[in-house]
Amino acid sequence: MTKVPVREQDAKERATNFAEVCLGYNMEEAQCEASRCINCKNAQCIKGCPVAIDIPAFIHEVKEGNIEKAYQIISESSALPAVCGRVCPQESQCEGKCIRGIKGDPISIGKLERFVADWARENGIKPQGATEKKGKSVAVIGSGPAGLTCAGDLAKMGYDVTIFEALHEAGGVLVYGIPEFRLPKEAVVAKEIENVKSLGVKIETNVVIGKSVTIDELMDKEGFSAVFIGSGAGLPKFMGIPGENSNGVFSANEYLTRSNLMKAFNPASPTPIMRGKKVAVVGGGNVAMDAARTALRLGAEVHIVYRRSEEELPARVEEVHHAKEEGIIFDLLTNPTEILADEKGWVTGMKCIKMELGEPDESGRRRPVEVPGSEFVMELDTVIMSLGTSPNPLISSTTEGLETNRWKCIVADEENGKTTKEGVYAGGDAVTGAATVILAMGAGKAAAKGIDEYLSK
Amino acid sequence: MYKILKKQELTTNIYLMDVEAPRVAEKCLPGQFVIVRMDKDAERIPLTICDYDRKAGTITIVFQTVGAGTNMMAELNEGDSFHDFVGPLGCPSELIKEDLDSLKQKKILFVAGGVGTAPVYPQVKWLKENGVNADVIMGSKTKDLLILEKEMAAVAGNLYITTDDGSYGRSGMVTQTIKDLVAEGNHYDVCIAIGPMIMMKFVCLLTKELEIPTVVSLNPIMVDGTGMCGACRVTVGGKVKFACVDGPEFDGHQVNFDEAMRRQTIYKTEEGRAMLALQEGDTHHGGCGNCN
Repeated sequence: MTKVPVREQDAKERATNFAEVCLGYNMEEAQCEASRCINCKNAQCIKGCPVAIDIPAFIHEVKEGNIEKAYQIISESSALPAVCGRVCPQESQCEGKCIRGIKGDPISIGKLERFVADWARENGIKPQGATEKKGKSVAVIGSGPAGLTCAGDLAKMGYDVTIFEALHEAGGVLVYGIPEFRLPKEAVVAKEIENVKSLGVKIETNVVIGKSVTIDELMDKEGFSAVFIGSGAGLPKFMGIPGENSNGVFSANEYLTRSNLMKAFNPASPTPIMRGKKVAVVGGGNVAMDAARTALRLGAEVHIVYRRSEEELPARVEEVHHAKEEGIIFDLLTNPTEILADEKGWVTGMKCIKMELGEPDESGRRRPVEVPGSEFVMELDTVIMSLGTSPNPLISSTTEGLETNRWKCIVADEENGKTTKEGVYAGGDAVTGAATVILAMGAGKAAAKGIDEYLSK
Repeated sequence: MYKILKKQELTTNIYLMDVEAPRVAEKCLPGQFVIVRMDKDAERIPLTICDYDRKAGTITIVFQTVGAGTNMMAELNEGDSFHDFVGPLGCPSELIKEDLDSLKQKKILFVAGGVGTAPVYPQVKWLKENGVNADVIMGSKTKDLLILEKEMAAVAGNLYITTDDGSYGRSGMVTQTIKDLVAEGNHYDVCIAIGPMIMMKFVCLLTKELEIPTVVSLNPIMVDGTGMCGACRVTVGGKVKFACVDGPEFDGHQVNFDEAMRRQTIYKTEEGRAMLALQEGDTHHGGCGNCN
């Protein structure tokens, strides 16, 4: 019995719009897919889930048609199921461990989770809040996946939680980073945030911790008993090659923030975005795929330029597959060495060199080495650098006693999010460096538990 | 919401507003800036802080109407509110971190050009409150465009005013006044120049020659203002800096002004104008004289 395929928008059509690519299961499809689950006693899928959702239990309810029950089971572990069902790398987590996957297709757990969350939203089902109040308040810094999860869990335990968000809108990377065609903002993200708020969580936007107020002030003056830092990844990296400050070179963060948070993809938005004719996106991660597919939808011919081979692409297989279907061109084993510009400073091209794979490096991946004499020039008008980020020092530099490691990430215990400063917990990209939504949620969850233990002492 | 308690048209197209923003007013220091959005679909617009009142919880901003966003902002009135008002962003001015006694020994010269007078004012005021008298040159195209003259006169040591067309005060660019003051025997230990990029560039070329260390405050294009987007990157001393978190003040003699000016035009090209015309209708397709 093979898996039930999920309906998607046609590749040609979707390459010109920002509507969601994946259309999701309907009830019949979901029940059919759920019936493939053999309900393992020692369920491996749960072990693959960073927030340990009771997967066989919720799938069983889907099979029986009890979708509300399925939703409450998921909600016990996840604050953002409609998001996770869409953006989690299931192939390397729950679905990667699925017994069904050994011979054939694993259960489409992500698509089922999405179905349940969407059904609950459409039917006005809310997660269940706390029945008893603890009488203590916790500050959560950042309203991305780590912060929302931590806040949601703490609120369910009965804590009074306030989230502080630096931008004008809550959601963090779910709002500024991941594009509409992968994660609809109004229909999905805003509703998930509403759910977290319905648990009693307050969100104060436009507060930059470290600038508007410090962590010490939150604890000493504003009465918070504990703080969770989920401030996200930070400052975009650049290659440091000549010409990188030319007009037409953007960080993926800037490009995506303009399009996603500021809605520049919509011609009615007052925020401008460069609509290039020929765009190179440098990098091979999920963010690179998002930037490339955004540029494509804004009308460009788009090339992904990545120095290793397809096998090493850090992006999810599904994202690479979607990008290719839509017509993104992959220039692999290629590394930029210089950005060329005209006399007014506008990008005209990018000098690149061909690479080949040598011996494995410390990451275990084969190290790319330059092929001598293989330089060539790509003609372009836009370059988007998607090379990851380095930690933002705003919080660590203004909080005494908060230790960072040699990569300037905040040091926190993986088990419970505990930092070197009493009462302060941290998780997500601010601790690990750029990772995934679900890992950040897992860290937010662990920290909520850690904070509860600390405040229950 | 961030309520506008006072609005004043300082001169044609330059407006002053006092805005209720207690968190910002509590913490801000001279040299820092804010980002505002007038409604839920508006652009994020960075503005320097002109003044603050910690007790009243208000921030004074001054802005010039240059594009669609600032023009719409100018239509807000007392009692209206900004949808978003975030800050204080950027690093405070280096001056205020210095030892007061050594600061008092220094001869400080401020050079304020046009709407750049607004961010100069809180620094001069802060110095005055701490017993330091600084000289200030204020320049504008013409007499009618001069702003905050009375306020500046109240806090500056010596105030020198110059207009490009000679309609008021001295005649000529601010660089001419700097040259004149030095020729008249004035010695300056440090210069702080804030104004249009082109003015800061020429002030720096001159003060380098005159060997006066010079600080400038840059206002590149930015989106978030917290280091996340990198749109505001500038080259200072051969290194790439983010104006929003590393600045906005930098050693003027190290700044690559040509690159910075070029980068300010990213969304002002012919194509950009055409795009804006398409996006905004008949509002912005060149010829306004403000965005050449």
